[in-house]
Amino acid sequence: MSAIQNTIRIDNQAIPFTPGQTIMDAALAAKVYIPHLCHYPGLPPSGNCRLCIVEIENRSVAACTTPAAADQTICSNTPELNEARKALTQMLFVEGDHICPSCEKTGNCKLQAMAYYLGMLDDHFPQFYQRREIDASHPDILLDRRRCILCDLCVRASREVDGKNVFAIAGRGTKAHLIVNSPSGKLADSSIATTDLATTICPVGAILIKEQGYQVPIGQRIYDHHTIRETSLQEHIAGCDKLKRKEHQDTER
Amino acid sequence: MSNSCQHNSSNLPQEHLLHRLHALQQEYLHISPQAMQQVAVEFNLPLSQVAGIVAFYSFFSAQPCGRFHILFSNCTSCGYLLAGQNLMQLLAQQLQVTPGKTRADGLISIGETSCIGLCDQGASLLVNGIPLTHLNPDKIAQIAQQITANISMDEWPGEWFEIHDTIHRRNLLLTTQLAPGNALQQAITHGAAETLTTIQQSGLNGRGGAGFNTGKKWQLCREKLGDAHYVICNADEGEPGTFKDRVLLHHHAEALFEGMTLCAFVIGANKGLVYLRGEYRYLLSHLQTVLSQRRNQGLLGRHILNHADFHFDIDLVVGAGAYICGEESALIESLEVKPGIPRIRPPFPVTHGYLGQPTVVNNVETLIAAAHIVAHGSSWFNSVGTQKSIGTKILSVSGDCRLPGIYEYPFGVRIQQILDDCGAQRVQAVQIGGPAGKLIGAPDFNHTISFEDISTGGSFLIFGHQRDLLAVHRNFAHFFAHESCGFCTPCRVGTQLLKNNLDKIAEGRGTTNDIETLKQLAFLIQHHSHCGLGHTAANHVLDGLQHFPQVFATHLNQHFVAQFDLDQALESARQITRRDDAAAHLD
Repeated sequence: MSAIQNTIRIDNQAIPFTPGQTIMDAALAAKVYIPHLCHYPGLPPSGNCRLCIVEIENRSVAACTTPAAADQTICSNTPELNEARKALTQMLFVEGDHICPSCEKTGNCKLQAMAYYLGMLDDHFPQFYQRREIDASHPDILLDRRRCILCDLCVRASREVDGKNVFAIAGRGTKAHLIVNSPSGKLADSSIATTDLATTICPVGAILIKEQGYQVPIGQRIYDHHTIRETSLQEHIAGCDKLKRKEHQDTER
Repeated sequence: MSNSCQHNSSNLPQEHLLHRLHALQQEYLHISPQAMQQVAVEFNLPLSQVAGIVAFYSFFSAQPCGRFHILFSNCTSCGYLLAGQNLMQLLAQQLQVTPGKTRADGLISIGETSCIGLCDQGASLLVNGIPLTHLNPDKIAQIAQQITANISMDEWPGEWFEIHDTIHRRNLLLTTQLAPGNALQQAITHGAAETLTTIQQSGLNGRGGAGFNTGKKWQLCREKLGDAHYVICNADEGEPGTFKDRVLLHHHAEALFEGMTLCAFVIGANKGLVYLRGEYRYLLSHLQTVLSQRRNQGLLGRHILNHADFHFDIDLVVGAGAYICGEESALIESLEVKPGIPRIRPPFPVTHGYLGQPTVVNNVETLIAAAHIVAHGSSWFNSVGTQKSIGTKILSVSGDCRLPGIYEYPFGVRIQQILDDCGAQRVQAVQIGGPAGKLIGAPDFNHTISFEDISTGGSFLIFGHQRDLLAVHRNFAHFFAHESCGFCTPCRVGTQLLKNNLDKIAEGRGTTNDIETLKQLAFLIQHHSHCGLGHTAANHVLDGLQHFPQVFATHLNQHFVAQFDLDQALESARQITRRDDAAAHLD
């Protein structure tokens, strides 16, 4: 296959891809950022947050689940799409209780960083104030469902990387909520550990490691110094390196 | 249950998980955490998967329901609001029970559910899954008496449960009854390739609404290599206002199974599945009878019509209350014992469907049409309709008209013609294709039912001049917020916001800015959602704003109004402090 064939165009920039790659993977590999919250390098894509919406021939698709195909002409960084992304971010904010100033995740939170990146200045929509359960049963890990954005990352990380299948999403519509795969439904009763990817992957403050609060002072946190664009591109490179190392190990074995 | 999935390895239960959970729900009136654990062990599934399913489907409950569990339809046609009266509230008052909460003695629980497909039968409900039609305040009082006296449903008057199917207009499909095996014999005589050609030449398009070419679908599936091929009948008729599949399943099940068997012959399937919506569970025994008759006649099972290599059988799987499962990939997820969340497409089911194998998913009406086409020939079929919409369409007509029921028309029939035929007068609006479809007013009644003009899966809801259209919009918005699977942000949050916004306008607290918000939300949901539910959920709002702007405008306030009712927000504080004096209120 010739190099010319395996090219997509995102906002008029030619980007190479390998067959089987999604638009998201091809873009990130070329250091082209498409905003996203539920995508993580190395995990199977889900397509639920819809922040990575791009347009192909005026049709909106999720970049993280759409395979790259030769000669695709894609619009991503447009004022209209960024406005839509901002509105979707606002939706996530009002659906849960995102009390940034008093949340331990502030400064390290991807939802908050996304809001800054997209220039979100208010919630715009009315708050839902839903009742959602907190699970503080585990000695080391706290699950606060009020801040969960249902991105499914912990579900996939636990199943695909940790090999534990600790989490699932249950219920329909705004009643959808994270459940724990244990007899009591409590985290303490599950096999989760602080070293699991499922514990650390949470983009918001829904899953927190206990007794580490404010060890890094506010002002010295990730998004105090970097934009989510920078960290996401970094995350992609690190993720790809990790995958390569794993593939290498698997081959040697 | 005799008909069930048999794909599990031999040491696992032979019945479908949805059927097992239904049986538990029936017996214990809820599915307890202990029961979920037991089922997870039996089926060798993660507990979270079982719990996820119980939480996803409306007809499963983790909290005990009453021994009489009553679900009122909340559809605009068969719903509980009747001539200004709220029949659900009426029954709830008479039985001293709060909707949504089981009475303390466990005798009764009352709730509401999305359209149960009885729109031509007046206000209707399901009592322990059995439909009860033609409700009115008198009948509500009698039902309350029966329940209060704890009289078993077997002893309730039989006529309460009667469903009168009325077919007002018959055309190609409803005029003729197929002799069992007739089409199949033709197919075997002419071979699979020629049978496929007949379907292709007929120009049949799918009758579920999307209108994909049936011959093309069968061909793609037939050409795709796989370990097995499957035929699935989508009998999850959930679009509010449609009930034609109910009638077809009752009176034309033979033709349906014949169509499925034909499809199996063409694509090389050994197994077929009918996914029947939970609301139609009462049709199950009839369908099972027809299936076993066909097995006895050699039309199902091994060596069909003595053909050496043609083996095919059909299982029935009953859903459990989820509109989204009418979406074909969500339906397949449900068959695969998962919550009905639509898959990422492509790949499409035709290449990667049930159990990852090539699968044809067709509507009930489509499969019946296919059987007739093979029996009578493609020219019999394509002599009727328009150039782009071949054949006939069976419509479920209901709402403000004299003659609700089933109408089969050639494609291309004008809306006004249908309104005249069903005795609808002074019509304000028609919702075609259900809440997910298109809302039109009188200036558009000269349009036609066809794929190239106004397409419908069958729902045809009529709203007379006295209808409050804003109430209709609220009804639809509540429906979508309730039925959104919750997977993607724009649909999960957006349908809820749309609902809240319409409620706010109807309550007289809306301002001009809320109209802008409606438009913004509708655009986001329509363009950026994951699946067809989201893509269509805001259609009615956009149509309403375009054709009936005054419906919204007359409710608007000229001045700023708070997002929420400030005094109402203090109510919980008043309850906690046990105060209700003037100082505990705002003004």
